[in-house]
Amino acid sequence: MATPTITKTEKLVGKRIRRREDPRLITGTATYVDDIKMPGMLYAAILRSPHAAAKIRSIDVSKAKALKGVHAVFVGKDTENAGAVPCGASLPGLRIPHHHLLAIDRVYLVGHPVAVVVATDRYIARDGADLIEVDYEPTQAVADPEKALAPGAPAVHPQWPDNTAFTFHQEGGDVNKAFAEADVIVKQRIVSQRLIPNSMETRGVVADWRSAERSMTLYTSTQAPHLVRSLVAQILGIDDNRFRVVAPEVGGGFGAKIQTYAEEILMAYISMKLQKPVKWIESRRENFTCTIQGRGHVDFYEIAAKRDGTITGIKLKIIQDLGSYFTILTPAIPTLSVLMMPGLYRIPNISADIVGAFTNCTPTDAYRGAGRPEATHGVERMVDMMAAELKMDPAEIRFKNFVRNEEFPFPTATGLVYDSGDYSAPLKKAMEMGGYEKLRKEQDEARKQGKLMGIGLAAYGEICAFGPSPATPAGGWESATVKIEPSGKVTVLTGISPHGQGEETTFAQIAADELGVDIDDVLVAHGDTSLVPYGIGTFGSRSTAVGGTALYFALQELKAKAKKFGAMLLESEDVTLAGGQCVDNKTGKSVSFKEIAGAAYRAMKLPPNTEPGLVSTHFWEPPNFTFPFGAHLVVTEVDRDTGGVAIKRYIAVDDCGNILNPLIVDGQVHGGVAQGIGQALWEQAVYDDNGQLVTGEFMDYTMPRAHMMPWIESGHTVTPTPVNPLGVKGVGEAGTIGASPAVVNSVVDALSPLGVRHLDMPLTPEKLWKLIASNQAGRKA
Amino acid sequence: MTESINVTINGTTYSHDVEPRLLLIHYLREVVGLTGPHIGCETSLCGACTVELNGKAVKSCAIFAVQADGAKILTIEGLAANGKLHKMQEAFWNEHGLQCGFCTPGMIMASKQILDRNPNPTEEEIRHGLEGNLCRCTGYQHIVNAVRAAAKAAGA
Repeated sequence: MATPTITKTEKLVGKRIRRREDPRLITGTATYVDDIKMPGMLYAAILRSPHAAAKIRSIDVSKAKALKGVHAVFVGKDTENAGAVPCGASLPGLRIPHHHLLAIDRVYLVGHPVAVVVATDRYIARDGADLIEVDYEPTQAVADPEKALAPGAPAVHPQWPDNTAFTFHQEGGDVNKAFAEADVIVKQRIVSQRLIPNSMETRGVVADWRSAERSMTLYTSTQAPHLVRSLVAQILGIDDNRFRVVAPEVGGGFGAKIQTYAEEILMAYISMKLQKPVKWIESRRENFTCTIQGRGHVDFYEIAAKRDGTITGIKLKIIQDLGSYFTILTPAIPTLSVLMMPGLYRIPNISADIVGAFTNCTPTDAYRGAGRPEATHGVERMVDMMAAELKMDPAEIRFKNFVRNEEFPFPTATGLVYDSGDYSAPLKKAMEMGGYEKLRKEQDEARKQGKLMGIGLAAYGEICAFGPSPATPAGGWESATVKIEPSGKVTVLTGISPHGQGEETTFAQIAADELGVDIDDVLVAHGDTSLVPYGIGTFGSRSTAVGGTALYFALQELKAKAKKFGAMLLESEDVTLAGGQCVDNKTGKSVSFKEIAGAAYRAMKLPPNTEPGLVSTHFWEPPNFTFPFGAHLVVTEVDRDTGGVAIKRYIAVDDCGNILNPLIVDGQVHGGVAQGIGQALWEQAVYDDNGQLVTGEFMDYTMPRAHMMPWIESGHTVTPTPVNPLGVKGVGEAGTIGASPAVVNSVVDALSPLGVRHLDMPLTPEKLWKLIASNQAGRKA
Repeated sequence: MTESINVTINGTTYSHDVEPRLLLIHYLREVVGLTGPHIGCETSLCGACTVELNGKAVKSCAIFAVQADGAKILTIEGLAANGKLHKMQEAFWNEHGLQCGFCTPGMIMASKQILDRNPNPTEEEIRHGLEGNLCRCTGYQHIVNAVRAAAKAAGA
């Protein structure tokens, strides 16, 4: 046999490898939806409601239709029977609004789509939309969830005058006993404000119907192409095997592209009607009100503890601002907050209630963290407040209540089983990195000089790797297909749909290691339903933990088959597959993958009971979620004169299990922290009483910019999960979940000499300046 | 009504009749057929459309195509020379200065301009120079590292 051409011994998993997706991105040659052009393609523009609540008296589209270049105009009555925006969540007694693709006789949010103009170019389409005359009769709106639930509030949907979409109750242990026997009880109302995900690429769709083939191709900026296919095909009555969805290059999602949106259904519908490809690209202004928003919680917490700091119970009531209609997961998001409400602590008694409130606003749904940041923010604020009440150090109360290492797998009072952990380790490490005791001494000195210096801690846990299928609306498994091509090159097809997370690299690392081939010989493809057998998608920090594990098992199956061919070629029964070759353990002779692949496809001879070809597909169903954890330490100083918060140190220690690529993990943490700091200090979707989004542009909505971000000092501890053979837990959302409580705890600590006990986000200079000013005025008086 | 313009883009001169209202970004993408400059906001706030116009980094969504008549434009597509990546592109790749990649063409053009003006910037100067470009993925830290690395590679 020939000398093997591919040899590799150095493992790639765990290495800091630069990404394989980058060359196309740094040269401007990647293909995002708006880069797709087709012969005869038309452009759509959508006219949207300027009112949050109004009746539509009439719509006159005649001028738009008469405009040169306009091909068609669609209004609500044209698409009334085309379907509704799908919601996949189910809760007992849930009231699901039937959200038409275009408004019929009333609108109930700013941005509600009213008409679609289809024209030869995007300028004419917008001109056409401007020519449509809609006669609205504005009615009273309600934009605040607490006001929406008050008696006499305007009804978002007339059939449900109490604006209540659902109520939900869960309890574990004996919370009444815990509170009756508590030494100390702390109560607090905590708001997790509405946020706008704002991926840098807005949404966009190109729909291409081919009537002779009865086939649809839908290019869409999505995190879940197969889900879009299944839903839109079903809604429009198209066979799913003739419905191809492609997620081309996707410019960020953060949860806001898991949903199947009206525009995806509309463009497919319009392409069928007009028999032409149609493109719609969301404007940024549209993105603010027409893509989902996140958070939107008003939480009422009570926490009970013994004098020694042992926390014995939590009560939580969540008022969830759902917005005016539901996207795929809207009502389910706050239930994740309930699951995560004990955080990393061994709190045996819990009680939780959710009231889902309709408001005349954009729907809320999954935004980076999706329910877990709200829960973590709440419990970490409450633990700090309890520490203050008991005059304990905030680190001490956390160490005292962490789930202990010997208690894993740990069943929580909310019904989860935490997989593995050393919950003290990241906090210890963060405190070492920061020099915690020294920082406290510096703080004492700073306070003597009148400075407002704060030290904030947060220990966070999260539910990741969604998840076991029974716990998800559309399946929680993931698929992988691996092919060794006739040339010996390796193709990986994965059901996840990465859009920045770097799995074209990490999955290639896994495949290269398992097969012992050069990473340059591995191609990872994704995001095309005609290529990938089926998949769930990328969200909930699931891609590597679930999709990577599917890949791992597909590789094992493929290796077993390759080994059979190797044994046949070597005429030996004692062979080992390693380093890209199959070796006869007795003679030392070997054959390469290329030779094995050649034999498997040429199939002149086959091993017993073996089919030709070298392809394997594995669908992996996870037995549990994974539970990453970590701790952040933040040092801040608040400027008395401006109310501005300066972050002096930011330390993030993460335990996401085994790390496949430290460069990518650090990037995920940094980005997550930026979004968490954004929530803590600056970001907020502000609606006025009429339901107008006041922060509806980048001018008003304060996204973190480079000069606003601190340097992040990253640290890691590694506790592999037993849930999957890779030992990976997930890292996409960790930074966001840890950051907001750590920053707020730090600022509250800074302001504690002024008697501040709690502050709601965002901690804008205006808010803090007013607080400091009123405190100083109070002292003078 | 159209106006006639001549624009040199990445070394090639183009002549087109365009509507006076056509934005430069739409001209580059729709008329010339480029895919590098991206549209993130159309309000000059995100910087995804950043290109160089006569050597100066500009937001091409805030300029009409007719205003670029006679100008020399450099976009991300024209940055690599003779099949070799520009040092800034290489640095973004090495330092993981991008995730989803959508802001990246504009971010690289803005970063190049930072070093064109100041070959050895401090972290603060880099962050200040990136103020006009939004990234939602990276938290900017690896971008700062990339600009530093490019400065170092250029001999600063």
